[in-house]
Amino acid sequence: MGSRTDDPVLLSLRGVTKTYGSGDATVRALDGIDLDVAAGEFVAITGASGSGKSTTMSIFGCLDVPTEGEFRIEGIPVQDLVPDVLSVLRNSRFGFVFQQFNLLARTTALENVALPLVYAGVGKRERLRRAAEALATVGLGGREAARSNELSGGQQQRVAIARAIVNDPEIILADEPTGNLDSKMGKEILQLLTTLNRERGITVLVVTHDTSCAAYARRQVVFRDGRILSDASQEAS
Amino acid sequence: MIASTVAIAFSALLRNKMRTMLTTLGIVIGVAAVVMMQSMGRGASAYVGDAISGLGSNMLIIIPGQVHGLQQNTFNVPLFTASDLDAIRRQAHDVGLVTAAGQRTLRAVVGSNNRSVTAAGVMREYFEIRGWGAAVGRLPSVEEERAGAGVCVIGVTTRDALFETRDPIGQEMRLRDVTCRVIGIMETKGASTFGIDQDDVVLMPYSTFSRRILGNDRIGTLMASAVSADRIDDAKEEISLILRRRRHMLPGDEDNFAVRDPREIQALLESVTGILTTLLAGVAAISLVVGGIGIMNIMLVSVTERTREIGVRLAIGARASDILAQFLVEAATLSAAGGAIGVALGLVCAMGAARAIHVPFVVPGVAMPVAFGVSLLVGVVFGVVPARKASRLNPLAALRFE
Repeated sequence: MGSRTDDPVLLSLRGVTKTYGSGDATVRALDGIDLDVAAGEFVAITGASGSGKSTTMSIFGCLDVPTEGEFRIEGIPVQDLVPDVLSVLRNSRFGFVFQQFNLLARTTALENVALPLVYAGVGKRERLRRAAEALATVGLGGREAARSNELSGGQQQRVAIARAIVNDPEIILADEPTGNLDSKMGKEILQLLTTLNRERGITVLVVTHDTSCAAYARRQVVFRDGRILSDASQEAS
Repeated sequence: MIASTVAIAFSALLRNKMRTMLTTLGIVIGVAAVVMMQSMGRGASAYVGDAISGLGSNMLIIIPGQVHGLQQNTFNVPLFTASDLDAIRRQAHDVGLVTAAGQRTLRAVVGSNNRSVTAAGVMREYFEIRGWGAAVGRLPSVEEERAGAGVCVIGVTTRDALFETRDPIGQEMRLRDVTCRVIGIMETKGASTFGIDQDDVVLMPYSTFSRRILGNDRIGTLMASAVSADRIDDAKEEISLILRRRRHMLPGDEDNFAVRDPREIQALLESVTGILTTLLAGVAAISLVVGGIGIMNIMLVSVTERTREIGVRLAIGARASDILAQFLVEAATLSAAGGAIGVALGLVCAMGAARAIHVPFVVPGVAMPVAFGVSLLVGVVFGVVPARKASRLNPLAALRFE
């Protein structure tokens, strides 16, 4: 299917099935997915709700494991890894961006951004330096001391992106990053993700049901009923 | 890592100040109770010790009636006589000094001032046994004692109340229908073991007291001193034997008098304080357990409330052990803060109470770190269940939790 053989494969799903519940109440969220993502790609995963796109994202982010089939990161099967190793993987190689921003309440932007570095065991001074740098990258230099509730939705999502990149990850996983923003702010966020993809070579996966959002990606994977309906590359707009 | 875990815990607790305060209240009260009771208990013991050594060294008090613990049966029991006193003075080799002592509460009148005072009849030996002398003037002489002269020495409280700023030496005062002349003022003695002001007193020769106030020659109380501290028990036994013989008591008859040693009173008081201390320690322990349950409860609520936060933390790379540590530290911080506040509150209350009931304020050295340590332990123990619950959350389920 849509593998790009000219680039090294970073993330790879093979025959992945995911079911929830048991017996008659079994829900088949994913039904034998094969999907490869190469380093440096900007992929949009679209589809109606319940199509399996969020489940795919959770498996990519090591937050969920396939019921059947295999998920490999750079050829290493993830299902063989213990939870603490998965934590380290999430911390060092992934950055997460959520629809709800998910910043810690009543905590400053700088502290929110520095949080992944706490778990990476980085010293305080270095943490704050890198967090300030990441905030500058997303255009929020000078708002370090602002608390989450003092920031607009767009600014909060920028803080979340800063938090996602503070560890220099290879992959950003964004689950409906524009879902809670108006179109102007949504556009800014997508442009920011595009810049990070082009200038830093960070692989970006965006789950969205918004086609205008998907248009920013060079590759669009469409899901329907737990299967891949289409997988097409295009020139970036 | 530990510093940042503590910092995370503190900021989480400060987000909910009111709730944090109420949660720690159980611990605060428990620890404050321990610290206060320790301080008060030690203060009371020190005070009783001081008061008893102030009674005079090696002193024995002989009172009529059977004594059981703190209870005394004085119904229809024979009082002592002057020949009892003489017999003890002559026959008991381990007894140094003996005196008769009796007292009545009487109204003393000087000019237009009057006051209800303790009027006591004592012999010269009394002053020696108690190690108590006149600060101004003199004590009654042998002649005055023999003659039953109308003279008295008074305490400073009585002097201030009756004579105000005038010099009382040589002045006359009236006790009921007895007139006596003030010949001395006693040294200040302070309050007794039971809080009675020992300086509010009029002391006169026992002969004067028995003839003119009691109207008979019976003796209510005898006081004696042993020749030395290690002979106190021998002295008690001798006095007991002499009195039993004089009263023709058979072996097996229960004593109808009691020879009391103030050390016994001290021991008795200490056992009472000990029981109270144990009881209060039990109450404090219960309070700490209840406080711990309160902490567990609020931490469980906190884990549920912050499920999404836990999900985010797990997503950005927190290990289960990091989450466990975070909530354990939070619970421990909560209870340790409660413990610290409790120690401070306990000291303040103990200081206030010590001042109110006039006992010395003692800082309970060991009790403070122990109480603090126990409160910290309570937090850790009761924090385990919520912290485990938090650390076992599935990251995806936690992130999607509404």
